[in-house]
Amino acid sequence: MFDLSTILAAFLSISLLGAFFGISLAIAGKYLVVKKEQKLYDLERSLPGVNCGACGYPGCAGFAEGLFLGKAEVTGCPPASAEVKARLAEIMGIVVDVNQEKKVAQIHCCGGTGLAEFAFEYDGVKDCNALYSMYQGNKVCKYGCLGFGSCIGACPTEAIEYDGKGLVRIIADKCISCEKCIAVCPTGVLKMIPVSADYVVSCNSNDKGAATKKACKVGCIACKICDKKSPEGGFKIENFLASIDYSVKGERASAAEACPAKCIVANK
Amino acid sequence: MSYIAIIITYIIVSNFILTQFLGLCPFLGVSKNVESATGMGFAVTFVAAIAALITWAVQNYILIPFNITFLQTVAFILIIASLVQLVEMVVQKVAPPLYKALGIFLPLITVNCGVMGIAVIATRTGYNAMESFVAGIAVGLGFLLAIFIMATIRERLDLEDIPKPFKGLPIAFIVTGLMAMSFMAFDRALLNNLLG
Repeated sequence: MFDLSTILAAFLSISLLGAFFGISLAIAGKYLVVKKEQKLYDLERSLPGVNCGACGYPGCAGFAEGLFLGKAEVTGCPPASAEVKARLAEIMGIVVDVNQEKKVAQIHCCGGTGLAEFAFEYDGVKDCNALYSMYQGNKVCKYGCLGFGSCIGACPTEAIEYDGKGLVRIIADKCISCEKCIAVCPTGVLKMIPVSADYVVSCNSNDKGAATKKACKVGCIACKICDKKSPEGGFKIENFLASIDYSVKGERASAAEACPAKCIVANK
Repeated sequence: MSYIAIIITYIIVSNFILTQFLGLCPFLGVSKNVESATGMGFAVTFVAAIAALITWAVQNYILIPFNITFLQTVAFILIIASLVQLVEMVVQKVAPPLYKALGIFLPLITVNCGVMGIAVIATRTGYNAMESFVAGIAVGLGFLLAIFIMATIRERLDLEDIPKPFKGLPIAFIVTGLMAMSFMAFDRALLNNLLG
């Protein structure tokens, strides 16, 4: 049906058409090229490029454009290091104090397997939010880590891992402060702390002391011993839970030592 | 067939969007505000007109003489894709805000069945070069008309209290259906009466 000449004609005509359009477009592209602003290009190059979205813009290119148009702040990129922010400020020609300390997520619960009491056995989907939708989790304590690691899936840099004892562990070096884990965690057990923090009150329970003691062996019972032992440590007790004011740079080791529940732990 | 008849046919009687249901994707995608809808309409008009003309030339001077009309679809898509690239460059250069507003739908004109449709229909109907070109423009203008009406309606719909399940696309489809029904009033009989 098809002889060689038809095949040849088909081949040649389509190739030539394609070549013709290709060359015309290349020529048109020369004349119609849109120059990307050098500044915008530099900004985009300087950003971390993880496209985490923590700045509220769609990816790093979006943030660069926001910066370029003056809508975004140089400090608006949580994962950027101080050097990166300084470089961004330099490109934009502005002076910004970039030495705010980096914050990282930390788990405020140490009630792992064998320490926290369970209210019921859960056999459903292995997802913290699914579990939380049932009586706010299977632990007696409604504030602690549920241990299914929804935050692990949310983390763009694999900075969170299971610790093998029913909790998760955060690798501070990998954390880029995007707070995605905090957004996904149903109990709010993850909180941002300065990366240089020496101790953490590793409990999130707002229950009264007696209730906490029943629910978990390592829960903060709001006994205020930490504040008495380390008055310079910036401990404060609110809602039956101790917390540390990290802007106070006092000694906290003796409080950690004295804590009856041993829930003030070294930040590592 | 006179040019007026062609124009009335493709703008009103067999409007590609509302009676043939071709090219609905950009029609629903870019009709959220009048400005970008109009821009899209003109972009489609441009591509459809030039595509109709060039496909006519390719059909009559390359495909038919070499007896390779079976390559029509491939050749036409090649032409339309190249044209869309060109339009994209022009729009990006001349009107960056429009380029942003049109977004993905601009390159998607490549696969707009309306543009492909007029190229194929024009060759099937046996239009000459000028008739093809005019038909291309008319199809584009028909698209422009439909998307303009749609955009004005949707701008008003944004302010209305629409039940949640109908918000956004569902109500847009219902509106499209109603518009299509009203366009059924324009049929070929009307055309014959008008033009004698």
